[in-house]
Amino acid sequence: MMNKLSELFDALYFTASNKAKSVLLREYLATTCDPERGWAIAALAGTLQFTHYKRNTVKKLILERVDPVLFALSYDYVGEMSETVAHLWPNEPDPDFVMPTLSEFVAFMQTAKKSEIETQLIYLLNNCSPNLRWTLLKLGTGGLRVGLSARRLKHILAEYGQSHQAAVTVHDIENLWHGLTPPYTDLLLWLENSGPKPDISEKVVFHPVLLAHPLQEDDKEKVTYTDYLAEYKYDGIRVQIVVKDTEKALFSRTGDNISHSFPDVLADFNLPGVYDGELLAMREGVIGSFNDLQQRLNKKKPSKKLQAEYPCGLVLYDALFVPTSIVEPKKEKLTCQTEQSIKNICHLTLVERKRYLRATMQCFESTISLFSEAFTVHNTAELDQLRTEACSDPSGYTEGLMLKRKDSPYTPGRPKGVWYKFKRDAQLVDAVIMYAQRGHGKRSSFYSDFTFGLWQNDPAQDALSEQPKLLPIGKAYSGFTDIELKELDKWVRKNTIGRFGPVKEVNKTLVFEVAFDAAHASKRHKSGVALRFPRIHRIRWDKPALEADTLPIFKKTHQIK
Amino acid sequence: MPLTKHNHPEHWIQVRPAGLYCIPAETYIDPWQAVENAIITHGHADHARAGHENVWATPATMAIMRVRYGEQHSPAQHHIEFGERIQLPGAEPVFMTFYPAGHILGSAQVLLEYRGARLVMTGDYKRTPDPSCEPFVAIPCDVFITEATFGLPVFQHPPIQHEIQKLLSSLARFSERTHLVGVYALGKCQRVLLGLREAGYTKPIYLHGAMLKLVQLYQTFGFDFGECIAVSDVSDLNLLAGEVVLAPPSALTDRWSRKLPNVLTGMASGWMQIRARTKQKGAELPLMISDHCDWQELLDSISEVNPQEVWVTHGREDALMHQAQKMGYVARALRLVGYDDE
Repeated sequence: MMNKLSELFDALYFTASNKAKSVLLREYLATTCDPERGWAIAALAGTLQFTHYKRNTVKKLILERVDPVLFALSYDYVGEMSETVAHLWPNEPDPDFVMPTLSEFVAFMQTAKKSEIETQLIYLLNNCSPNLRWTLLKLGTGGLRVGLSARRLKHILAEYGQSHQAAVTVHDIENLWHGLTPPYTDLLLWLENSGPKPDISEKVVFHPVLLAHPLQEDDKEKVTYTDYLAEYKYDGIRVQIVVKDTEKALFSRTGDNISHSFPDVLADFNLPGVYDGELLAMREGVIGSFNDLQQRLNKKKPSKKLQAEYPCGLVLYDALFVPTSIVEPKKEKLTCQTEQSIKNICHLTLVERKRYLRATMQCFESTISLFSEAFTVHNTAELDQLRTEACSDPSGYTEGLMLKRKDSPYTPGRPKGVWYKFKRDAQLVDAVIMYAQRGHGKRSSFYSDFTFGLWQNDPAQDALSEQPKLLPIGKAYSGFTDIELKELDKWVRKNTIGRFGPVKEVNKTLVFEVAFDAAHASKRHKSGVALRFPRIHRIRWDKPALEADTLPIFKKTHQIK
Repeated sequence: MPLTKHNHPEHWIQVRPAGLYCIPAETYIDPWQAVENAIITHGHADHARAGHENVWATPATMAIMRVRYGEQHSPAQHHIEFGERIQLPGAEPVFMTFYPAGHILGSAQVLLEYRGARLVMTGDYKRTPDPSCEPFVAIPCDVFITEATFGLPVFQHPPIQHEIQKLLSSLARFSERTHLVGVYALGKCQRVLLGLREAGYTKPIYLHGAMLKLVQLYQTFGFDFGECIAVSDVSDLNLLAGEVVLAPPSALTDRWSRKLPNVLTGMASGWMQIRARTKQKGAELPLMISDHCDWQELLDSISEVNPQEVWVTHGREDALMHQAQKMGYVARALRLVGYDDE
């Protein structure tokens, strides 16, 4: 069974077309029993996790077997831990070895003690081929990366259901997904038309969100502005907050439960229902900057002090579920009682949902949430004007506008023409590449991760007194084409002047035009500057490095002290 | 003979911008620019370039250079057989002998002898059996200059039979798909042809135009590849469904391959062991067939030759240098940067 899984993963990895991947996976589902196939889905979806079998377990074990220098060089080259280990692990077959099934493996890894897990893992790896090892290692280290997104996986599951004449759409699966747990036996039986639809109504789960398309220039002519509501685009993180009976949870836009990071927000939020909004730094209803919010991000257990120093709040812009008691007697006013059960309003239009949202917020007082007001834009000129204002707002918490179709229901995914985002333009800076490192994943073994910097002083003047000096302001590894990737790799190899482990120092001669969303002060970098979402916009093969930008001018333009 | 200040190769071998240079013989090995005197280890384009005044190469390598660059690729072409010891130009005698490197047809290692010191430059080489060329021989020497293309312990090349079987299984399973396999035109192409025939594959094998001249050249050296047909001679390309087509790697993703029916792309290269490399080449069927040593072959070669010093050239020098030092050898990296990865 494990062999079959390994063959599936390999085939999915090397197959390019989505159609062929779907055939492969459906073939596997049709010919594999429960719960094996459900665990395979969990591995593909990234929902299979073990407490005591992780990346670090693997790293520790390999370093007990392989020269650390050779391991580091190999890992640097291969760019992927599981694959590196799969190749390096010494073969020590035992003639009596019997391969466990996937479900036996999962059960063992979930229940065994840490020391037992290590012993068993060593025994398994000793007896496997490199391909099988890769599969076993991937189950523990996570991030399968066989070129199957979570969304594609759900599409394939829907196709599998349709091939069994089950009345199932990808939306059904999206809506159920976060209420289900591996090995998904109930889901699979339902898809095969031999079981009821799984019931998740009692669970506090994430509901996949409605995503926006960027508003392109040619969209502006297609859009009838009066069909849309406009809102400010707040510069925080998109969240979904779910309150059911006594349970509450806060989810990121991808469905990660981030409740633990914002206990203060959850504690003060008491609106029963499911709400879509933006999490922002906020003190007593006054919104703070993204920089403030950043102090709170990725903190698993924020201290009381941190919570007090950087309080957060929500701006709500949509509702998926509201209290059942909120009824709509007439168009104008909604009434409320204090009952806690909730109802789904996703099928209603945006205008209706916003009315429900406002009414709910009026009934259930909340000190930490604001309502996102909508307004109407009449033409392109007005739209451009408003965006410019939103982007240059001195308080800095809006980063553009949203346009949302008034008559649209709330559908998960990224439907066309429903929501548009019209963000501020990327900013640009000419920086000099200083260091390069090999990439991971599809950029494996190419020098593709770059650190770039700005001149500390104007090099034209500096040159007279001393060697001009660069200070790093950021790192980027995206934004170039595959052809440029190869050219850059070649350039790095030819221009290496020093090595620090896997990092190569290069000649300070090549300029990147770097695009970024925002620049702010940072204590972490010597330059005192950090960029948000930097990516390489253009490679300036033509530009002399001495003409790249300087730090003092950059700081002045971006008001960084 | 012990190495001394008087004869140590570090005093008479240099890395120059044009390549590896032997000072007393005034001669380069595999230079990447046109020079006065050039020893050429084998016919791959990044090692054998046109336009040198004097070229010393094996007869097969010289024939390959003539196919690639024309009869007059160099005014003075010195054909040197394996094992033939000759004196190179220069006031003080430097002797040179070629030994088989097992890389491709005609590929040679270069033994240089100067003031009693012996230096072997392997060029590209491999140890696994290959019917398309003479097998590598280990030559005792003081300084052993080895390539390190696959110089990382992750590289373990499987037997070619295993990989050919993978191709044949895929042909059986996807009999409606054209199996387009990327192979280097020189060496890999001929080795895959022989491998398919050895595995009992008797159907015609179809070739991209870039392969034809070199396949014909190998045939004049007595190799029998069975029936090979140029794709340009096929009137109805739909007939290629279910057949094997060999093409240079660059043709896998270009317009040429789009005219073939229902293509399944394979790639035959040692790099295919790294999953991401297969993806980067746009291939779905990785065939790990390499004409270089894998890690273990590199280590075995060093032990077998047992030199005083190991110098590591192009490829993953750091790891091999580290390992050679652990094995007790003096090791250094030459950092020749002009050669392609494979």
